Amino acid sequence: MKFGVTVFPGTNSDHDTYHVLADVMGQETVYLWHQERDLRSCDVVILAGGFAYGDYLRCGAIAKFSPIMKAVQRHAESGGIVLGICNGMQILQEAGMLPGTMLRNTNLKFICEHVYCRVERTDTPFTSACREGQLLRMPIAHNEGNFFVTDDELAELEANRQVLFRYTDANGEATEAANPNGSAGNIAGILNKEGNVMALMPHPERAAEQVLESADGRLIFQSLVDSLAGRLRPA
Amino acid sequence: MKAKVVVTLKEGVLDPQGATIKRALGQMDYQDVGQVRQGKYFELDFDDASDPQEVRRQTEEIARKVLSNPIIESFRIEEIQ
Repeated sequence: MKFGVTVFPGTNSDHDTYHVLADVMGQETVYLWHQERDLRSCDVVILAGGFAYGDYLRCGAIAKFSPIMKAVQRHAESGGIVLGICNGMQILQEAGMLPGTMLRNTNLKFICEHVYCRVERTDTPFTSACREGQLLRMPIAHNEGNFFVTDDELAELEANRQVLFRYTDANGEATEAANPNGSAGNIAGILNKEGNVMALMPHPERAAEQVLESADGRLIFQSLVDSLAGRLRPA
Repeated sequence: MKAKVVVTLKEGVLDPQGATIKRALGQMDYQDVGQVRQGKYFELDFDDASDPQEVRRQTEEIARKVLSNPIIESFRIEEIQ
């Protein structure tokens, strides 16, 4: 089982993600530089957070043209697992691999705080180690995390059960007050239709060890490890 | 030749920056301003190009593929000269 962590110029969560995969989860992990053209036999690709290409033009807009993204796209098309975290989510959206796009947070502030995310499904390779409705406490750190789709597209996402994580309060209620950035449907993380590409704005890699206040994010990495070990085959 | 492109948010897409500018204008007694929408402006220099139709074709393609995100933005080519 091999994990790859993408590194674009401006990526800054690559080491955190690598550390969790290699040191906490004990998995073989490699960095994938954005100029590379193949994934070196990685089973899972994780697009780590940061500010690829300085977020110039739009978040993820330049990164999507990097050579590695063609390989990531091929991997996803053949059913391979792809996870995007924060800036990785923005890149996957720009590349058209996940629906919607990110607007600036409604309060125009860069928000850096712990939030609660409710797990909406557990029958996915990203959440198989979670309980349905479980609240994961993880930090967000972004300026453009205001998930936007049209009302019709939102209805389609809900109908297809593509919403995987929702911002909630401590009681698990997806209220307006618990929505940190104005996201449609309080959406914090989504799946593609096929169920093998997922991205979220919160940072599970920054909440995977108790020393960092919360270890809830570890469940996402545990789910991937379990799934790849064959306990749950990706759809 | 030079192409000038303006990218704006589509109608109906929330523009928090525009809304903030409008609020500031209201505080400065510019009460007549009903709405402010913020956009982006690009100048593309085509060295050695002489066919305005070809420049327009390429500019449209670049604006669609790169300069704008069709989910939330639309673009217009202001001028090719």
